[in-house]
Amino acid sequence: MSALRMHGPWAVLGIVGALCLAVLATQRGEPVNALWIVVAAISIYLVAYRYYSLYIAEHAMRLDPRRSTPAVRLNNGLDFVPTDRYVLFGHHFAAIAGAGPLVGPVLAAQMGYLPGTLWIIFGVVLAGAVQDFMILFVSMRRDGRSIGELIRSELGPIPGVIALFGTFMIMIIILAVMAMIVVKALTHSPWGTFTVAATIPIAMLMGVYSRYIRPGRIGEVSVIGFILLLLAIVYGQDVAASPTWAPFFDYTGTQLVWALVGYGFVASVLPVWLLLAPRDYLSTFLKIGTIAALALSIFILAPQLHLPAVTKFVDGSGPVWSGGLFPFLFITIACGAVSGFHSLISSGTTPKMIDNETNARFIGYGGMLMESFVAIMALVSAAVLDPGVYFVMNSPAAVIGTTPESASAAVTAMGFAITPETISQVASDVGEASIISRAGGAPTLAVGMAQIISSVFGDRSMMAFWYHFAILFEALFILTAIDAGTRAGRFMLQDLIGLVAPSFRTTSSWVPSIIATALCVTAWGTLLHQGVSDPLGGINTLWPLFGISNQMLAAVALTLATVVLFKMKRQRYAWITILPASWLVLCTLTAGLQKIFSTDVKVGFVAAARQFSDRIASGDTSGPLSAAQMQQIVQNNYINTALTIVFVVVVVSIVGFGINSCIKALRNPDWTAREAADSTIATPAPGE
Amino acid sequence: MSVLTGKSRKVLKGRLSDIGRCLCDGARLMVGMPNYDTYVAHVRATHPDRPVMTYEEFFRDRQNAKFGGGGKGGFVCC
Repeated sequence: MSALRMHGPWAVLGIVGALCLAVLATQRGEPVNALWIVVAAISIYLVAYRYYSLYIAEHAMRLDPRRSTPAVRLNNGLDFVPTDRYVLFGHHFAAIAGAGPLVGPVLAAQMGYLPGTLWIIFGVVLAGAVQDFMILFVSMRRDGRSIGELIRSELGPIPGVIALFGTFMIMIIILAVMAMIVVKALTHSPWGTFTVAATIPIAMLMGVYSRYIRPGRIGEVSVIGFILLLLAIVYGQDVAASPTWAPFFDYTGTQLVWALVGYGFVASVLPVWLLLAPRDYLSTFLKIGTIAALALSIFILAPQLHLPAVTKFVDGSGPVWSGGLFPFLFITIACGAVSGFHSLISSGTTPKMIDNETNARFIGYGGMLMESFVAIMALVSAAVLDPGVYFVMNSPAAVIGTTPESASAAVTAMGFAITPETISQVASDVGEASIISRAGGAPTLAVGMAQIISSVFGDRSMMAFWYHFAILFEALFILTAIDAGTRAGRFMLQDLIGLVAPSFRTTSSWVPSIIATALCVTAWGTLLHQGVSDPLGGINTLWPLFGISNQMLAAVALTLATVVLFKMKRQRYAWITILPASWLVLCTLTAGLQKIFSTDVKVGFVAAARQFSDRIASGDTSGPLSAAQMQQIVQNNYINTALTIVFVVVVVSIVGFGINSCIKALRNPDWTAREAADSTIATPAPGE
Repeated sequence: MSVLTGKSRKVLKGRLSDIGRCLCDGARLMVGMPNYDTYVAHVRATHPDRPVMTYEEFFRDRQNAKFGGGGKGGFVCC
């Protein structure tokens, strides 16, 4: 009886989730309500949290409420502080959720909403949340050490260096991809460019205010900044309409690339209090607020999904990105299902602040479920759009042309009827000259969000405001990421070069700092330029590269977790990490090898390079591209091939080292994991 | 509020102020700022010999720790 009372409600919840998925999977032809997806996701998350994460916590990890955490043992009131679990959850969530979970699902919507929904839900439960939770656990048991240090101490120094190098490369690709999203959103958009540019003086004003005028008043200065931001959005419309001012904010993609590269360099050498920290306040609070507003709006509005459950593009012929459902869907949606980058956050500040071991479950596993929910909302926002609008916004100009007429004809031919008038209408609704080929996820999400939020708060005339609000919200935290990422990349690079030339490590000396910053900016700037000038729209080449690298980092993190379980003599439970690790290795290696060897020019980098070099050799300039541009494309494709090879080598070698460590641990009769000393505290800590 | 007795009103008020404090602490920690009072209490209790940073010093120290030197902080996720 008590078992029924205990498990009964959860069983009901599980059945609700399964029924919702069944409705989604069987409904064909007519629009489905978005709440089916939302309810399915929430029920499955809750059941997985209640049972699977508890199983991991009790059996694989054996979390001990009486064992002292680093925060308790090393408490210094600064970075090691026992923190309330709800407060820490907020911190952790704000640290892991960025642009990734908002963009990936929007791009994946080209195959319909169903494949993406299923991967987000089951991916997070079995892979993403497991990774975050396991790394948090491993780091928490080792004084909150970083993933690089953990790999070095558990797998050995060589895998440590390989992982550090791999992380640096991933960082570069993330920065390039994020910057490209901003460029795609701001190209020839004076309104958007004005508001985003305005964040720089606004942030500086906030920086001076919180440094000299009223030091440390975060709430106050954030409110001031927020009001100024809203004014920037409102007056951005007038700037865009003004024939005198608009040209100052109207740029081509290439011009924006140079602006961002310059910005990245300058911003990352400025003192943090002036620009980075104050803008981080704005971007963090705006991010949390907008996500909450979006969730609320979806619940109130309960919108219909207009995108089909499955489109014909599951065969890999889609215009947004190329490649079949397996493996490329699982690469396209990284964040939201499983994101390797989280292993850096889970081994960063969070493990140093957990007040009680058992709270790692709520923060690690629960935090990732929350991010996954953000991904679900992004997918819903894309799926409420008219599919015609979706494909007009996301197909490259090489496929659909640049006028409403050509785009309408091309997208209607794809099977998603749309008139040129509708295209122009949507553009004028959101206050833009054109919405054609604004790939990259952010603009699509902004139109979807503007539609949803403006239907709940205000009327259609507010759509343009909400569109630019959404663009600003994404651009804001992407710019923060570029700035902070360039800084972090510079330190990583100094660390790596320091392996050969130790004097390079002194981070306070400005010559190595400037050189490392310049190298870092050049690296992502080159990739960004390549993406923006790519005739097939950049996303097609860079996003898979980002997905592959991010998932490979996840495979590396899960390999580390597996090794630790073996060393703890808990290999019985190692399937928990081996299962997702194997899936990720399978997906990323398949995708990586296809990217290198596929003979389909839309998928394979080498095939594309060959095609263009053949055209140059035969003097064929029939297309819109000059010989020099084609030469550039050839070179870009070889760079991408090299990067893919690097990632494949990184993941294969780390997995190899991992298997080796597991075998050694298995042969050794003793516990070999290197945990920090166990100093069990007498009284159970609060929080349980 | 009239349906509440004096005692339960007090409990409710306490709860609300707890939630308020939790939200405020949460928002501040999201941007890398831990609770200052906790820090002061910690230093006073365990290191009475050490100087306690003023709030302004504490603010700068934490701001630098989140984004500044060492290369430890400053990671922004995708």
